[in-house]
Amino acid sequence: MLARSLVIWFGVACLILMAIGLYWGLVVAPPDYQQGDSYRIIFIHVPSAWMSLFVYMVMATCSAVGLIWRVKLAEVIAISSAPIGASFTFLALATGSLWGKPMWGTWWVWDARLTSELLLLFLYFGVIALYGAIEDKRVASRAAGILAIVGVVNIPIIHYSVQWWNTLHQGPTVSKFDSPSIDASMLIPLLIMAVAFKLYYVVVVLMRSRRELLLRERSTKWVQELIEQQ
Amino acid sequence: MTPTRKKRLYLVVMIVVGIGAATVLAMNAFDENLMFFYSPSEVVAGKAPRDHVFRVGGMVSNGSIKRESGSLTVNFDLTDNVDTVTVEYTGILPDLFREGQGTVSKGRLRDDGVFVADEVLAKHDENYMPPEVGEMLKSANIKATTGKSMGDYQQ
Repeated sequence: MLARSLVIWFGVACLILMAIGLYWGLVVAPPDYQQGDSYRIIFIHVPSAWMSLFVYMVMATCSAVGLIWRVKLAEVIAISSAPIGASFTFLALATGSLWGKPMWGTWWVWDARLTSELLLLFLYFGVIALYGAIEDKRVASRAAGILAIVGVVNIPIIHYSVQWWNTLHQGPTVSKFDSPSIDASMLIPLLIMAVAFKLYYVVVVLMRSRRELLLRERSTKWVQELIEQQ
Repeated sequence: MTPTRKKRLYLVVMIVVGIGAATVLAMNAFDENLMFFYSPSEVVAGKAPRDHVFRVGGMVSNGSIKRESGSLTVNFDLTDNVDTVTVEYTGILPDLFREGQGTVSKGRLRDDGVFVADEVLAKHDENYMPPEVGEMLKSANIKATTGKSMGDYQQ
């Protein structure tokens, strides 16, 4: 089975990269000139925030493919992504809150960046709930897929919120590719963590999709044969 | 592509475009409300609401922090390099609060033009660097600008 060996390989690579990234970020990288050691939460916060957007785009794209071409696998990947994306969004919000208290002086403010990211969490919840509420999973995929596609409009809002409006959240650091305003000694572990998080997503989405696919097709012949082989 | 698929594709594209356009219109209409804070020049120009709570954001002017002895009350000037608003605040300031730091204060404008804050938040910038690099940049900046500004002071 291709998926199984992919899970193992990506899983191992993910663990190695995450260990390197965490050690580099938390121990080797220098403290920040203003925030001292508190900024180190960036190595969790920023990759999970990136992933919350990335997973949503994967989910919405798969939903669109599922809606237009009725590809079962796309539907399965889309719905398997939703809980992972929701976890990344929650992680981004929670770590951001922990970071905000000592630095800004508050756990939470209703500025554009924080509010739109919270909206993303609710969109994920909506997709999960809508899918769970409908018995026929093909119909459920279509309904949840439409919600996922409608929510895409939030993604550019989150990304550009810090440029379009005055926010308490600071502006972009890394996405200015010509001159990222972060020192290389901090940027490298951050990017390693970002890659590790991506691999984590690939591993978990493969595992979840396999389970979801088997569950959906449990009455078909090929799944029955697979069970008998075990 | 079969006609049904084409139809579904158009439908999906129309959903995205339609919702996108609706959101752009809605955001334009609510633009004012989406601003987290007003700048000092907007406050001075009278664009900020007079009679209810709002936020003002800017840099803390150098040398403007005055603490009242025996209390937690502190006065400082917020500037956006165009106009300045004086802020009065009683309470504990966040760690990052210092001169030259971006801050956001929430409160009301008193009749004498002083902004009475009941919450002061520090805004940190998007730059991350080791302390040594920060020091180097700072001294380089001072060197680059002092040639002029020191001369100005002496005059």
